[in-house]
Amino acid sequence: MIKMKNIRILIRNIRDGLKNVIRNFSLSLASISCITVTLLIVAVAVVGSSNVENFTKVIRDDFTIVVYMSNSADSKIENTIKEEIEKLSNIESIEYNSKKDIAEQMKGESDIFNTIISSWSESENPLYDTYLVKVKDSEKISDVANKIEKIDSVEMVKYGEGMIESLLSIFDILEKILIIIVVSLIIVTAFLIVNTIKITIFSRQEEIEIKRLVGASNFSIKQPFVIEGLFIGLIGSIIPILVTVYGYSILYEKTGGVFFSKFIQLIKPFPFVFWVSIILAMIGIIVGMFGSSRAVRKYLKI
Amino acid sequence: MEFIRISDVEKTYSSGVVAIYGLNLKIKKGDFAFIIGASGSGKSTLIKMLYREEKPTSGEIIIGGVNVGKLKNRKVYKLRRKIGIVFQDFKLLPKLTVYENVAFVLEMFGYDKSEIRAKTLKALDLVGLKEKVKSYPDQLSGGEQQRVAIARAIVNAPKLLICDEPTGNLDPDTSLEIMKVLEVINDLGTTVIVVTHDRDIVNKMKKRVILLDKGRLRKDFEKGTYDKNEKH
Repeated sequence: MIKMKNIRILIRNIRDGLKNVIRNFSLSLASISCITVTLLIVAVAVVGSSNVENFTKVIRDDFTIVVYMSNSADSKIENTIKEEIEKLSNIESIEYNSKKDIAEQMKGESDIFNTIISSWSESENPLYDTYLVKVKDSEKISDVANKIEKIDSVEMVKYGEGMIESLLSIFDILEKILIIIVVSLIIVTAFLIVNTIKITIFSRQEEIEIKRLVGASNFSIKQPFVIEGLFIGLIGSIIPILVTVYGYSILYEKTGGVFFSKFIQLIKPFPFVFWVSIILAMIGIIVGMFGSSRAVRKYLKI
Repeated sequence: MEFIRISDVEKTYSSGVVAIYGLNLKIKKGDFAFIIGASGSGKSTLIKMLYREEKPTSGEIIIGGVNVGKLKNRKVYKLRRKIGIVFQDFKLLPKLTVYENVAFVLEMFGYDKSEIRAKTLKALDLVGLKEKVKSYPDQLSGGEQQRVAIARAIVNAPKLLICDEPTGNLDPDTSLEIMKVLEVINDLGTTVIVVTHDRDIVNKMKKRVILLDKGRLRKDFEKGTYDKNEKH
């Protein structure tokens, strides 16, 4: 029986919450636009940081240690090296790339290479036989490289040391900055919403007072306001969601999915924009609900 | 059977102003009592303590077995559901009709629609406003608005009805009508406490009169009158 009562109260409060958004629309609009603007910036930041994270991952996955083997090494030694490398932890795959293959690949890259390389006889080929080693955890790539370098008959090891690491750390910093911006924006909006909703509630102080006097519990006074906040947040997230869905899809189409160079790939729009939309709606709802519940609290003290 | 017991109650506001000194009072179930006194006599403070808008600084107030002063803030609503309160300024919601102004109390408590309808119409009938259910407060006279407020106060069948200067904004005839309504409610078994300084009404009603003066109980008589010589 009590359950039925609570359901009736909830339905009534949802109805009232929605009614209040419409009835006080000019004031609700202030809160709604406040959320809209923030969510737009949040959307850009979320899309940005997701993409940064994505191509960081792409680059990391692409990390390859090139193991150059001494020219004196014959195929038996090369096999031993391969076994040694395989014994190391954190190895994803090993691929053999002979100097002959490399020469062939280089011939295809430009005419000049072609002319020069074609003039070499097989014994004159100055290149090295190599293993292309991929690691599972790219964070520990330098460890692996150092270990490989110590194996006999390994001439040298390359994995784009400095360049890639500094690129990654730049991306890391960029991502952290974006996260800080997003979080602080959300906090700032939450307080802005608190104040905007306070103005709405100020004009309804009497309503709250009367409800209190006739014996409404704090919870039942708060509930319609919190639901109102939920609707404000939800409405405020509509435009940012549309902008994200259409804007990002268009951006992806126009750029062909890459940014500046083939190196930096954009995340495919679907289902990515779907998740971003859910995040935006959730942030809007939570901020709206938090804002109203904070704003109404002041008037609930007895 | 005593319904309200006030023992050694003192109230000092945080500003240092003492509003009530060592007050002892008993009100029986089904009583009709006027609380009278000049401004600053402590009568408003006293009834605010009854519905727990203020807490006594010391002493205790027991209403229907509940120690009101000890009530936690979040439990206050349970007390308020058993008390109806009527104010001088009616405190109606201007955007709601007469019916809605009364019904929203029950809606908030989660009654179902038919129950709300029956109780609301019964309360509005009791105060004589059944014809005006669809009107808005600003379309009503002061007396009618106060009757809506009374209907709202009694709609949940409270054991106690507290009226704070209910006729303060009304002319003498209308005031008397309001008092008749309160008397009917009292006859139906509700304890009624009325704060007023309208001497005509007090004299005509011949009910219990509790006179406060500068925070102290000065006089308390059954079927009392408002003595013209009494300073207030």
